[in-house]
Amino acid sequence: MISIEWLISLSAVLFTIGLIGVLIRRNAVVVFMCIELMLNAVNLSLVAFSAYHGDIAGQILVFFSLSVAAAEAVVGLAIIIAIFRNNLSVDIGDINLLRF
Amino acid sequence: MTLSYIVLGVSTFMLLNSAALAVYAERRVAAFIQNRYGPNRVGPLGLLQPIADVLKLILKEDVTPQEGFKFIHTIAPVIPVTTALMTVAVIPFGDGLVVTEINASILYLLAIASLGVYGVTLAGWSSNSKYSLLGGLRASAQMISYELPLGMAVASCVLFAGSLNITDVAASQEVWWNVIRNPIGAVIFIIAAFAESNRTPFDLVEAEQELVGGFHTEYSSMKFGMFFLAEYMHVVINSMLITTFFFGSYHLPFAGLWLPELTTTQKMILDVSVFVGKTGFFMFLFIWVRWTIGRFKFDQVMNLGWAKLLPLSIANFLIIAIVLYVLNMMNV
Amino acid sequence: MEIYAFIVLSVLAIGSALGMILNKNTVNSALFLVLHLISLAGIYLLLKAQFLAIVQIIVYAGAIMVLFLFVIMLLNVADEPSLFDRFRVGYFLAFLLGVAVLGQIVYSVAGVAGILPQISPEMERIGTVEAVGDVLFTEYLMPFEMTAILLTAAVVGALMVAQFKSGKVSRA
Repeated sequence: MISIEWLISLSAVLFTIGLIGVLIRRNAVVVFMCIELMLNAVNLSLVAFSAYHGDIAGQILVFFSLSVAAAEAVVGLAIIIAIFRNNLSVDIGDINLLRF
Repeated sequence: MTLSYIVLGVSTFMLLNSAALAVYAERRVAAFIQNRYGPNRVGPLGLLQPIADVLKLILKEDVTPQEGFKFIHTIAPVIPVTTALMTVAVIPFGDGLVVTEINASILYLLAIASLGVYGVTLAGWSSNSKYSLLGGLRASAQMISYELPLGMAVASCVLFAGSLNITDVAASQEVWWNVIRNPIGAVIFIIAAFAESNRTPFDLVEAEQELVGGFHTEYSSMKFGMFFLAEYMHVVINSMLITTFFFGSYHLPFAGLWLPELTTTQKMILDVSVFVGKTGFFMFLFIWVRWTIGRFKFDQVMNLGWAKLLPLSIANFLIIAIVLYVLNMMNV
Repeated sequence: MEIYAFIVLSVLAIGSALGMILNKNTVNSALFLVLHLISLAGIYLLLKAQFLAIVQIIVYAGAIMVLFLFVIMLLNVADEPSLFDRFRVGYFLAFLLGVAVLGQIVYSVAGVAGILPQISPEMERIGTVEAVGDVLFTEYLMPFEMTAILLTAAVVGALMVAQFKSGKVSRA
């Protein structure tokens, strides 16, 4: 079996990709998907540590993080729909009412 | 080990063929219900009609919408067929006749079923046509809504078996079928199974009067054939699941009370034929309902799913759990 | 054998993640994310976490991503035409920041490389549904109930936010 360094590196790389995605994309839905990507990267490292330690707490934590992600996706998408209804756009550059 | 390979080969082969048989059966039963002949020209009793149909589909021109998304348009029909075929891996056809024993095979079934939505949704979107898109959106909303009562009905069966392994659920029905112990769950499961396979009365995904052809308006030739195949494969699969979860799987009624000891081969043959017989009956039920009941409106479908079936299935689950707990307490 | 499966799955995961952030079309991005989530479920299976692998597919691929696709199709979001047609300082800074974060993670992990765990013999046992359920409904019962409240609150909140009230909202 692979050693745990590989799994942590994979998780770090995925987290970084998600971070860059959040910074370069303008579409609110895609930014939101990049956040899901980062959440998943963290979940991966939690599962890896849990399996290698032989301690189930990490997997329970991932279970809770999954349900929080589901709640977050529901509310976030509802907000995006509400914004689209007012702005007719999901470009985060156009959502600037709270800027000044 | 070899047995499971044999089961895999035979069941996949039979599933693919039973879809063709279901098409033929649908047309014959429809004709019978509507008091006409149905296909009876190709071969004896029209039995070669499915082959003629497939030949016609293959020979037709394959049209892809120019403004559509060609790659997604091509892979979308593959998804429902794949998910239907993957389901066979965990269904027990008899005592020990199962392709692979997964510890959590019921969760596996639910996971596979939830992936089937993508085929319909992507087909509707990639066609770049408003009718297809509306059909795809309706399909995804409907399938997501009815997954919940379906899951709750299955969960109430899991309570009786005390295991998430589908072979244990099948084995636990040796004396009492789940339909007797849990009739509300059975009704909910059958309704949800109809909605999941997009059959009448829930076929507003492809309501001709409103949406032309629904999500497969822009499909032709064998790509359309794949959707057609997938629809009938889902009818077969859902019949198998209804049988497995609620109608005693491969057991005869109250088999544990009166069935004498049989040799392994006899038992195997009996199990498989009982299972196939029950599955055939539910396939007939699917066709029967299609030619008897009209189509719901979309708000009625959503209302039934969220406001009626879901609370009912949760209440059913809770009551069964409480009753089983009290019975357990009294025994101890 | 496991090494090869891991290599294939991780290449798939990284490739689909890159595909997701670099694709102009929103639906394609969502599909890449689905592929990414399924390959992560494969890695969970390699780590013998069967329960999480299946839940990952049910919750993420089966529910959350279908919701995303549904919203994308409903809003009919246009492509982002100007993603890479010209150089922007913002892209360069984003890349630099990403590399900095990656370096920081690698540096901090390298600092504790000596105490990273080796493979535990318990790994086979703890990932099963029985093991997870045992702990979830005894030791972690309270957080579990909290999750139920959280999900109910999220559903009610989403309905409140997204509900269309005719007359009150001015449509541009």
